[in-house]
This record gives sequence, structure tokens and C-alpha cells, in this order.
Amino acid sequence: MYAWHFTEMPYPHLPPFDQMSTMRVSLPNSHYDPKIGADLYNRYLDEYIIASELGLNMLVNEHHQTATCLDVAVPLTAAILARQTSQGRICILGNPVANRNDPLRIAEEMAMIDNISRGRLDVGYVRGVPYEIFAANTNPTQTVEKLWEGIDLTVLAWTSKEPFNFEGSFTHRRMINLWPRPYQTPHPAIWITGSSDLESIKKAAGRGYVFATFLQPYDKVRTMFDAYRSNFHDRGLPGGGGTAYMPLVYTADTEEEAEKGAQELTWYLAAKAEPQYRNPPGYVPVAFNVEALRGTYSGRTDAMRAKSIDFLKEQGVMIYGTPDSVAKQVKRFYDLVGGFDHLLMMQQAGFLDHARTVKSMTLFSKEVYPQIKDLARTQPLNARAAAE
Amino acid sequence: MSTIAKQISTIRLAGVDIEVERRGSGSPILVLYSEEALELESPVLDRLAATHELIIPSPPGFGHSERPDWITCPDDISYIYLDLVDHLGLKNVTTIGFGLGGWLALEMATKVNFAGKLVLVDPYGVKIGGPTDRDIQDIWTSHPSVVEKLKWRDTAKAKRDFANMTDDQLSIVARNVETFARLCWEPYMHNSKLKRRLHRVNAPTLFIWGANDGIITPAYGKAYAGLIKGAKLEVIDEAGHFPHLEQPEAFLKIVAPFIG
Repeated sequence: MYAWHFTEMPYPHLPPFDQMSTMRVSLPNSHYDPKIGADLYNRYLDEYIIASELGLNMLVNEHHQTATCLDVAVPLTAAILARQTSQGRICILGNPVANRNDPLRIAEEMAMIDNISRGRLDVGYVRGVPYEIFAANTNPTQTVEKLWEGIDLTVLAWTSKEPFNFEGSFTHRRMINLWPRPYQTPHPAIWITGSSDLESIKKAAGRGYVFATFLQPYDKVRTMFDAYRSNFHDRGLPGGGGTAYMPLVYTADTEEEAEKGAQELTWYLAAKAEPQYRNPPGYVPVAFNVEALRGTYSGRTDAMRAKSIDFLKEQGVMIYGTPDSVAKQVKRFYDLVGGFDHLLMMQQAGFLDHARTVKSMTLFSKEVYPQIKDLARTQPLNARAAAE
Repeated sequence: MSTIAKQISTIRLAGVDIEVERRGSGSPILVLYSEEALELESPVLDRLAATHELIIPSPPGFGHSERPDWITCPDDISYIYLDLVDHLGLKNVTTIGFGLGGWLALEMATKVNFAGKLVLVDPYGVKIGGPTDRDIQDIWTSHPSVVEKLKWRDTAKAKRDFANMTDDQLSIVARNVETFARLCWEPYMHNSKLKRRLHRVNAPTLFIWGANDGIITPAYGKAYAGLIKGAKLEVIDEAGHFPHLEQPEAFLKIVAPFIG
């Protein structure tokens, strides 16, 4: 089991939730104070560096036009960490290739970071959450096609030793010739995120990519990981593929302290967005929107917003407690979902301050991580063939 | 209201299965419905069908018409609709287009002088102002309750009874919403080339606008009509984006003498 530290780099100094209709897309940036923001950026980067020193891996992501995430350019964060840390893996989860319109720029950036970090980079790709559609102005009916064309093109660019041309549906280039090539061979591990679309999970599994999902109840995660395992082939990529899950995690000396920390992390779940940002047309299939018209479908965040931390703990959406309790919860979740490979921990959200974030990270790395490190990895279907 | 004959068929055009409804009898009118297809259930079409044969195609991705991936903008659909005009042997056909349908009619008319007369009701299709002018209010970043007020003078008329619709009806509603975004997301509700092609429109053209259309205002309509030689603009009071639905009598009173 690999453990990863993660924060979305929130900007929590906002009006009270009941006085804002949205924290995403259209919250005016007059609410942003660059002096506070500068401190936050440096603080969150410090925490990643501490994570590296503690033996944890580093997971970074990006969002746009939102107070929930100040990281708007994930290659910048990864590049800083590549240079400022010397151990631990750095995973970008991910590059919003459907929203960036330039897969080759992404291929170049990833190759450069992979070189600077001497092969410590894992490259994730995301279709992007619905809110992201608006900042990027991506046609919401085309994100899946655009995601896969982008992934395929970056892989082709990394692995092609000769210049080539590409005239696809979304990208056209007359001469592609990547300098530098990636440090890792054939290229860095690829991660992909998802939730309800099992076919796309199987597709990722068949290519030996890591599949990651976030903040879902264990029964849903089990369904997704079963789909992954049903078609998981080792394609010789670094890291060996597998599955990843992200809960909110807080580790403390006492249960009371842990509950307080967990309560603060729920800030992330309470982040508000107006309804039009949550379901842009064509983002989900017609059948889901038929349910929405009937009033029988609502998004993940909506459904979970009102739940207590006890409920979220029972579902595995939150993991918190003393080190032994946290280890036990991780193992329980591991058993409930049929095993997994990467524990992605959102250990900071909202107002959770530096000292308490670092305390939780430290306890986890020293007292929890050793208890879960040796949990068995997901086995590819072609394990024997790969071994031979 | 007397029963009006309706016949729905599927016609394969340019490799795409297009659903076409024919309603009523008399000289033909090509009806290009709006992005929400609300006209199909409205009394206004039945009134026209009493004296005309209405030919009502569903654009690719709307109704039961197929939507292949290559169709990404109204310009693509205009070629298929011109194939339909040829296929049905329509000559100088009177054409009424609502909203998106009005835009489609103009995309067609800039390519082939197919229409005898053109009636365009609150059509989208052109960008009038500069880059930071919001010529067309953004229905996709506005709160649904705001969009409703922009579209309707009387928002009570906007209510639809989704709870009592069949799965097929709801699927059509959801497909129409999705396809509208597929076609009109970017550039938002316009084709930047169309303005430079409108001089080719030769048919007598009547724009009809709801005085209270908050998505595209009568000022936009006036500027749009000014791009087509001889085009007239009539504004209907107490009506939003769908003047034919909010004020059907006023609408028919303007349309009837124009189409003859």
C-alpha cells in the first residue's frame, strides 16, 4: 500500500456559507486577498515537503475559478516539488487534458518534470468535474472523446522516437517531436479517475493504468474496483497499475481530537455550487438526466452534504481516529472493497491549520503507515505471463 | 379543435436518419422548431395546419433523429435540411423557424435560395457586439430560475409536467437539451461566418420578436434584421423568447398576411 498526502489548497477565508450561492465558477475574486493567498500557497507547499520527509508520497491536482482550490496549474506544483524534494513519488491527478486543448504541451511538461525528479512522476489524467467545463469552455458533450484522444496522443508523443504528424478530432500537428523524452521507460505510470462509467474503468485496467476514485461509499468503490480487476493487465508500466482511493483522513492522539479534525475536513464536502454548474448539458448520459427530470438523481456532493461524520466514517468516506483506529479502518475498507493499492489522503481542508495538519500527517506516517504498508497489491490477470 | 392528420416518418439523408412529421393539408410550410421543441404541442401549429401542410423535421440529436459525432454545429445541419428540401421536391417553400430553427433556416438560405418566404422568430445565429458584449444571455451559467425569467414574460407558462411524462418523452427532453449544447456551446449561439453570408438571402424575410425576450432582446433582433436586405421586424408585446406560445393570436395575426 502506498500512502499519499493531498490538499486541494483551499482558500477558506470567505463569507459564511449561507451568504454565498456558490464557491465555484462565479464567486467574485474580490473575495481573494493576495497576501493571504501567498501565505497559503507557501504553507501548502511546505506541507508537501514535510510529507516527503515523512516518507509519504505527494498527490497534487488543479481546479479553476474556485475558492476550493488555489492550485490552478498542477505542472507548476509538481515542478516545485520535483526540485524541492528528493524522495517520494509525485502524482498529478490529474492533467485536465480535455479542458486544456493542448495534449502535447502536457506531454512536454510531464517529460520535463519526470527528468527533473529523476523518474518520480506519475501522470494522471482527468476528464474534469462538471464545474471545470465553464472555466475551460469545453463542450460538455465531448469531454470523454477529448480525454481519450489526449491520453493516446501524449503516450504516442512520449514513445515515438521519430517525428510524426497527427490529425485527430481535437488536435492537429504537422510535426510532433518531443524534447525531452520522459525519464521513465516506456513512460511514467498513467492514472485515470472515474466513478460511474464501468466501461471506461475496464478500458484503463486493460491498459495497465492506475484507476482512482474519491470519497465514495465502500459498496460503490467495490463495484468500481471489481470492474477494474475483471480486466486488469500488466503492460509493463512503472508502478504496475492497480487501484487508488481517496478518503478524508485525520489521525490524532485521542478520539476527541480526531473528531474535531475530521469535523474541520468536512468543509470540503460542504463547498457550494449553483445547480447549473453541477450538471452541464451532456456531461452525464441522457438516462441520468431522465432521472434528474424525474427528481430521482442528485450528485455525490449533494447526497453527502447533510451526513454526519459517523456516517461518513462507516462508509469509508472519512477515516479518522487514533493511529491504531485509523489503521484498522484502512484495513476494513481494504477488505470491503476487495483490496486496493494507493491510499490518497486528503489530510487538509478548509481551516485546518498547519500545526494540526502536520501533527496528523506525522502520526499517520510514523504509526499507521507501517501497519498497512504490506497489504497485498492488486494482481493483474496476466500475472503469471508477466512473471515468466 | 378538429382532429388534424399527423404522420411521422424517418428519412435517411446524408447517412443520417431524420424524423419528419407531416401535419395538416394545404400548401406546404417547412417548420423548424425551437431548441425546446415546445411548438410541437402548442395550438399555434395546429392553427397553421388547418390551412397548410406542415413539414416538421427534427434536427439530428433532437426528437428521434440520429446524431452522429460529426455533427457539431447548425451549419452541419443546414446541408441535411437542404437535402430534405430536395428529397421532398419543395420549391420556394414558406419556412418558419423558431429560435435555433430560425438560425438553421438562415444557414440554409445563405447556401441555396430555397425558401419562398422566411419567418424567423427570436432566432439566434449572429454576434452583434464586441468580445465583452453579452449579446446573448448565457443560459448555461445562469441559475435555472433566472433563465426562466429571461425566456418567459409569464413564467407560469414555462412549467412542464415532467412527472407525468413517459421515459421516451423525458429522453427527448434530455436529448434536446444535450444536443443544443453540442451545437451551440462555442461559439456561443452564433456562427461568426453567418453575418458575412446573409447578403445572399433573397427571400422576403420577416423577423418576429418577443418584446420581453431577455435572452436575445429586440435590439439584437433589429440589428440582425438589418443584415438582410428588405427584412422587416415585428415586435409582440407581453411576450418573451417564445412570442408564438405566449401570444399566439398576435403571432398569427402578423404571420397570416405575410405568408398569404
